[in-house]
Formats: sequence, structure tokens, C-alpha cells
Amino acid sequence: MFDIVFWILAAVTVGAALAVVFLRDVFRAALCLVFLFFTIAGIYITLHADFLAVVQVLIYVGAISILIIVAIMLTREVWRGSPSGRLRIPALVVGLLLLGMLMFTAMSTKWHISDVPPQEPTTTAIGAGLFGDGGFLLPVEIAAVLLLAAVLGAIVLIREK
Amino acid sequence: MSVGLEHYLILSAVLFSIGLYGALAKRNAVVILMCIEIMLNAVNIALVAFSRYVVPVLLTGQIFAIFVMVVAAAEAAVGIAIIIAIYRSRESVDVEKFDLMKW
Repeated sequence: MFDIVFWILAAVTVGAALAVVFLRDVFRAALCLVFLFFTIAGIYITLHADFLAVVQVLIYVGAISILIIVAIMLTREVWRGSPSGRLRIPALVVGLLLLGMLMFTAMSTKWHISDVPPQEPTTTAIGAGLFGDGGFLLPVEIAAVLLLAAVLGAIVLIREK
Repeated sequence: MSVGLEHYLILSAVLFSIGLYGALAKRNAVVILMCIEIMLNAVNIALVAFSRYVVPVLLTGQIFAIFVMVVAAAEAAVGIAIIIAIYRSRESVDVEKFDLMKW
């Protein structure tokens, strides 16, 4: 059952990613990207990462996809489609080489698979890991500063001169 | 053979390569930004898979994935602001016409 769910989700995810890259219509590519974000949330659920699946839907499907669709509408270049540039063949070669290298590494390495069953629910454990003793409190604060800087930077960049 | 860590890593590698191809080959700047989002999501899948199969008690991979999401959100906001600012002055989002910084 679990295997079938994984294979369906993996096939749909790869198909959606290929559609994002190869569709001519930019707006349809953006809709495929939203679909891809949804299926990746499903993949997180198969990995027992319930909190991350919800965060994926909230941030990617809810916020980033809206941002991208607004950008497509503001730039009014939908009619031009998404053509490939001069680097098409080198990019294909680089992508396939990287894919081969990554697949070889993933297959040939002996991973130390743990026998411990996964935790559920993960929210408490993630909260303790982020804010508890020896956790990631300083990175959380830095992330807050980064988000503030990004918001201010976006406002400054987009302001009418 | 039941689904294990390798399957998730290969799925992640496939998504990353598709995103890399798109980011290098496409000319529309918004599509390039979309491909970068695919690459970041692929990395997140690998992190969460490691967290599930290698260190299921610590959950460090999932915490890293949250930080990747924060950086991805900041990147999307600033990236789209830059694209719209360039579109205003150049009337185009074709990266092959973005030669302002060429000497």
C-alpha cells in the first residue's frame, strides 16, 4: 500500500516537473508548479513528516505560488511563452551528467539505515529541536532578520522612482 | 524491493536535474525562478528522507528543511522584485536581453 502511494506520487511529481520545464505556456507551467508543490507535500506524508507537509502547503502552495502567478501577470509576457535559450544542449548534458552522478552515489553508498520507528507527531519534537537546549535558536533569529531584510529589499526594489 | 532511502534520493536527484536543466536552458526569468523552486524542493525531499531513515529520533533533517523553506521564501520575494524592476526599465523578462552589467 505504502509502496503504491510512493510510486504514484513520484511519477506524478516527475511528470509535473517535466511539464514545468517543457510546457510552452508560462501560466500552465505555473499551475503545474503548484500541483508539484502539492504532491511534494504528499511525499512528506509518506516520510512521516506531518508538520512539514502542512508547512509545505501553507508556504509553497499558499504563498510562493501566488507570488509567481502575480509575477507572470505583472510582466505580461505570457504570449511569448517560455522558449529555450542558446544553452539548451549544454544544459541538457550538464543535467544528465549530474543526474547520473547523483544516482550512482545514492545507489553505491552503504547508508546506515536506522531501525528506530519514526516519531509521530513530529511537531513537538521539531519545536524542542528548534527552541530547546542545544537547539537552533540563533539560526531562528537569523532567519527572522533574513525575512525582514528580504521584505525591505523587495519594497525598495519595486518602489516607483 | 520495498521503498527505501535510495528511492527518495533518486526521486530527489531526478527533480534536481530537471530543475537545473530548466534554470540553465530557459529564457523567461520567471520560469527560471520556478525551476529554482523545484531544485530547492528536491533538496528538501533528500533532507527529509535522510531524517526519516538515518536519524529518525533527532529530526535534524526536517529542521534544516524548514530553514531551506525560509530562505526559499526570501529568495522568491527578492527575485520577483528584481524581475519586475528590470521589466519596468527593459520591457522584457528575457534573460538574454539582461546585459546591463556586461562591460
